[in-house]
Amino acid sequence: MQATSRAFKENVHRALRDPDLQAALTKMRQGFVERRATAAARLPEFEALRDQGRAIKDHTLANLDFYLTRFEERVVAAGGRIHWASDAEAARTAILEICRKAGARTVTKGKSMIGEEIAINEHLALHGIEPVETDLGEYIIQLRDEPPSHLIAPAIHVTREQIAASFRKAHTGLDPDRPLREPRALLVEAREALRGRFLAADVGITGANFLIAETGSTVIVTNEGNGDLTQSLPRVHIVLASIEKLVPSLEDAATILRLLARSATGQEFSVYTTFSTGPRRPGDLDGPEEFHVVLLDNGRSRMLGGEFQDMLRCIRCGACLNHCPIYQSVGGHAYGWVYTGPMGAVLTPALIGIEEAGHLPNASTFCGRCESVCPMRIPLPKMMRHWREREFERHLQPARMQVALKLWAFLARRPALYRLAVRIGAAALGVAGRRAGAFGRLPLAGGWTRSRDLPAPEGGSFQSAWRAGRRL
Amino acid sequence: MAERIRVGLFVTCLVDLFRPSVGFASVKLLEAAGCAVEVPLAQTCCGQPAYNSGDREDARALARLTIDAFQPCAYLVAPSGSCAGMISRHYPALLKDDPVYGPKAEALAARAHELVEFLTRILSLQRVPSPARYEGRVTYHDSCSALRELGLDAEPRKLLDTVEGLKLVELPDREACCGFGGTFCVKYPEISTRMVEAKTAAIAATGANTLASADLGCLMNIAGRLRREGKKTQVRHIAEILAGVTDAPAIGAGRG
Repeated sequence: MQATSRAFKENVHRALRDPDLQAALTKMRQGFVERRATAAARLPEFEALRDQGRAIKDHTLANLDFYLTRFEERVVAAGGRIHWASDAEAARTAILEICRKAGARTVTKGKSMIGEEIAINEHLALHGIEPVETDLGEYIIQLRDEPPSHLIAPAIHVTREQIAASFRKAHTGLDPDRPLREPRALLVEAREALRGRFLAADVGITGANFLIAETGSTVIVTNEGNGDLTQSLPRVHIVLASIEKLVPSLEDAATILRLLARSATGQEFSVYTTFSTGPRRPGDLDGPEEFHVVLLDNGRSRMLGGEFQDMLRCIRCGACLNHCPIYQSVGGHAYGWVYTGPMGAVLTPALIGIEEAGHLPNASTFCGRCESVCPMRIPLPKMMRHWREREFERHLQPARMQVALKLWAFLARRPALYRLAVRIGAAALGVAGRRAGAFGRLPLAGGWTRSRDLPAPEGGSFQSAWRAGRRL
Repeated sequence: MAERIRVGLFVTCLVDLFRPSVGFASVKLLEAAGCAVEVPLAQTCCGQPAYNSGDREDARALARLTIDAFQPCAYLVAPSGSCAGMISRHYPALLKDDPVYGPKAEALAARAHELVEFLTRILSLQRVPSPARYEGRVTYHDSCSALRELGLDAEPRKLLDTVEGLKLVELPDREACCGFGGTFCVKYPEISTRMVEAKTAAIAATGANTLASADLGCLMNIAGRLRREGKKTQVRHIAEILAGVTDAPAIGAGRG
């Protein structure tokens, strides 16, 4: 997708004035936060599991070359194929080629953020192959021609009425008198529309929550079961995953799975957890004839060994989004690209460049709530700060901000001069604001005073009063 | 009589400029708790604005300046979770490659504390050090740094509870940030406004007549918004209430 992260401020402005979006965000916020807290509190070893999860991922990332090679060996041994893709273009090409060889006309898709990252739907459609999203949320946003606005709830910004309207427009055989008000009715309608698509698809593409090195298995978790139909009904199954999805063993995957659903939705486990190892074997009742894994790098190996490596522990649970006051205020689309919220603020600049995504790591108060709920203990605020350091070095921040900061630092580094400046400032502003106690408007402070008063100084700095001998 | 603990007050740039009363209230609390308080002259700002803007060089310079200024003090105490967090949690990382100041940063970090943290965890106070009185329903806003960086949760509430006449009421959604965030509030004023609106709505829901917190940044943000909304809630730093020093008008309130 075309990134609009540069227009973050305009996106924010729009999002804050969108009543449907705001209603959806209010609802989301209450649900996710409470459910995660309950699920975490009910598991005594939850905090210990977070440490284990972090250790597993750190170990894997430190030995990623080894585990990738091992994973490839096991996939091949099970009868599958690996396609290494250094960037999005390589991944698209690999997938298109597999689809063409299979003579595919339609492709069903399980939910995949990597699919969004490489814009696979657009690419397939461009080449005459129809992609059909089968996750309900993804299906809805595909009909609306929108990107997802949340990692695990891609259509969280869409109202029921909007969904019904999309269905009525797309499902041409739909009886106009049939009510589509209740969630259940919408679900049934989507299911009916999708059933035929599942059966007709030549290729099924899924993502992966984990890749397991010891067995060559891929793992997906879903709540709708659509992933299973996507991967077991068509003749060809393509798993599209990025390289950091790897874990060494089944045991390791099991450990992190205990964190994933609890952090994401507050469930103990997702409804479906599906392991795939190679294509159908002789004697198997079902399963695809071909099993392909497209492994995407797309900038991730550059993050290894550097300031942003910890980001590669991310398991895409969405807890950081759900608890982020910025995300809660503006939703996902404002971020302007595939990944949103705190994880997006760190990952997006690494994938599409800090010039493009400079706003994202700046739009944070460093409140730290994301890190406090991250199951993999990713230091998200710290890494956002690292992005700001890169921007500072390259003078990418707004000029006014740079000048103001430099002036302030010049003073703060000279205590005597600083004390004098503060004394004068406190006295002058103190006199000016003494009666009212606050300023409704102040030159150069528009960012503050447009929506709030600026409390006036009491008058006189603490240091000058203290030196003058004032005591209580 | 045992020798008094030498505490250096880190005034913080906001208190120095905007609200000296908080500094004097802090001194009163520390002295009542048996400390000898000094105010090192060569302090300015902890450097957080530079640090969080990606300007490591200025942040390091200010960290070194603070480290030197507080060298003689047994403890550094700041009436701010944010500044105390900067010094105790971030200085060591910021100066880890500095052979001279790296170890000094570690040493200062170990003896740097937020005011309430110092009173409750280091001095083990269970109540305010000298009797204080405050009439009214008070709700407490956890600053993000005090709550998540320093882990202060029960401590400020415990002390507030020992102030005579004070009725403490809990703020809904109390883990939520108020939207100040240093330069964030002027870089992204629209989001900041949305966040502080949610906070003032939560405050209104408590029916409290006073809001207290341990960070002047949050307090100025919230007070500024409350005033713009025409609300009469009194906004005060927790040190003022714990010390019973409430003769100055509340934050953002006039004398007129």
